[in-house]
Amino acid sequence: MEFLVASAIGILTAGGIYLLLRLRTFPVILGISLLTYAVNVFLFASGRLTIGASPILIKGVETYTDPLPQALVLTAIVISFGMTAVIVMIALGAFLGSNDDHVDDQPEDDAPRAEDAT
Amino acid sequence: MTHWIILPVVLPAILAPFIVLAARYHITIQRVFSVVGVMAQIVLGIGLAWQSSDGTVTLYQLGDWAAPFGIVLVGDRLSTLMVLLTAVLAMFVLLYAIGSGWDQRGRHFHALYQFQLMGIMGAFLTGDLFNLFVFFEVLLIASYGLMIHAGGDARLRAGVQYVLYNLVGSTLFLFALGALYAETGTLNMADLAQRAELITADATVGIRIAAVLLILVFMIKAAVVPLHFWLPSSYAEAPAPVAALFAIMTKVGAYAIIRVYTLVFPPDLEVTAGLHGVWLLPAALISIAVGMVGILAARKLDRLVAFSVIGSMGMVMTAIALFTPEGIAAALYYIVHSTLAAAALFLIVDLVRDSRADLRLSLQPPVAGAAMTAGLFFVAAIAMAGLPPLSGFIGKLLILNASFDTDATVWVWGTVLIGSLIAIVGFGRAGSMVFWKAQSLVPDEEEDRQETEQEEPMQEAPSILSYVAVGGLLALLVAHTVFAGQVIAYTKTIAAQLFAPDTYIETVLETPGKLSDKKAEKY
Repeated sequence: MEFLVASAIGILTAGGIYLLLRLRTFPVILGISLLTYAVNVFLFASGRLTIGASPILIKGVETYTDPLPQALVLTAIVISFGMTAVIVMIALGAFLGSNDDHVDDQPEDDAPRAEDAT
Repeated sequence: MTHWIILPVVLPAILAPFIVLAARYHITIQRVFSVVGVMAQIVLGIGLAWQSSDGTVTLYQLGDWAAPFGIVLVGDRLSTLMVLLTAVLAMFVLLYAIGSGWDQRGRHFHALYQFQLMGIMGAFLTGDLFNLFVFFEVLLIASYGLMIHAGGDARLRAGVQYVLYNLVGSTLFLFALGALYAETGTLNMADLAQRAELITADATVGIRIAAVLLILVFMIKAAVVPLHFWLPSSYAEAPAPVAALFAIMTKVGAYAIIRVYTLVFPPDLEVTAGLHGVWLLPAALISIAVGMVGILAARKLDRLVAFSVIGSMGMVMTAIALFTPEGIAAALYYIVHSTLAAAALFLIVDLVRDSRADLRLSLQPPVAGAAMTAGLFFVAAIAMAGLPPLSGFIGKLLILNASFDTDATVWVWGTVLIGSLIAIVGFGRAGSMVFWKAQSLVPDEEEDRQETEQEEPMQEAPSILSYVAVGGLLALLVAHTVFAGQVIAYTKTIAAQLFAPDTYIETVLETPGKLSDKKAEKY
């Protein structure tokens, strides 16, 4: 199980970073989503992996799973979900406004400045 | 246990929804509540700073849960100083936003402003790394809204870059927290400090990765090269009062580095030896170089100021990277100075923007209220470039002095001094182009008449409140210079407290609360 979870996190992260380095907003946002999935699983696994153990105190139970990472993951999921929604809206606004969805500054922005500098 | 220390967080958290829900269509009521809220923040900041000035560490346990289990807020000298600085900065920036009418150019400025303050205050006061993450997100969410306040294509595009970069930063932060938790089983900073010492030399891989990831996150926030790329366009395109408030946001990163890397991973900790202590200083020196060259190379005034922020953050990080009490004391003095100076410069750039076609450093007719604006720019530029007699000069002197006995003396002195020279040339060039040469420009009368007709509404001199706000910031800079002796003495006591963290750790971990009594131990 450890190998499965670890390789899943690894593949998600690798895919996320690859998409993050693209030029247009859509793949970049997808990449960020993949990265947040990876980090959520990673956070979840940071309390060690156990199956079928209870997170809260029960009489007569010996093995527990760590409840704190679950709480952390919940916070992280909410925040990353909200953030993704925000960035989609802002990116959409920027795309509709300038009809261009490149993430980086485009060279034509600089062109008039270059002429003017002399 | 007093409740005062949580008020800087709770007060804006109450005010902001009130402004959104109850005062949505009444800009005057919004303004009144916003200003009153920030004034209360200043009073709170003064009170908290006074309370902790004798070295007491104030602890607040939320829900009375004892430290490693519950959430804690901690007020020591460093965090209360930053709270006070934030409140004072927020006051003047808010006055400017009202005076210049920026708060009316889009919706919900005041509500977002309060949320932003809540995030910043919480980040300074929290004693728990996961809450630091949460407060980072609070201040970031608010800053996304403020960043694209009043809209516009260029601003939205810069906003996309800014949000994307910070989302990556947040993800990195979570990776760092996960790694830290997996290694130590806690995220409370005082608890972490104790447990990091216990890690044996043969099991340091995880904690070293966590330490590096964490400092990368804080370096993104502090805009240290090579993680500074988000700063120039977002600060240049953000509305001026927002950019001025953002001057404290880079300092949140610097604060987090100071806090975590003196408390959790102090410089003499063996498991993280040879990591941040080695390469933070070169990165900081390159930041100075990039910032100063950027000042000289900038073609627009707003970019110039944005690069000066990178340069000044480089100065701060240089002093921090020495990881000595003198270095931290110098860094804190410089943090106060550069926050005020950068905010003032952003506001002055906005004064200039209002009466020029654009902010390119080209020959254009003189700005409205030229003498006054030029004078303010002159003073702020002197402060930012670090010329005597203002506090930038004293700050740089302190940094040079702190690095005097170290191995890196030549590099620090060389970079800081040459960088300052370049900055002076850059600011001088920009100032003379915008304010001085503009006076000698005699345009054609025909064209002139057309232009004045077109730009009639823009040529109004900025309101008095705007000048009061900028003047107030500069007056604070002068006070920062005049009372430099007292301020430096205080930052030295802050540094001393940081390098003797036992009181902090004891206060956090040994204050009784729920779960710390005998009854709980049987579980």
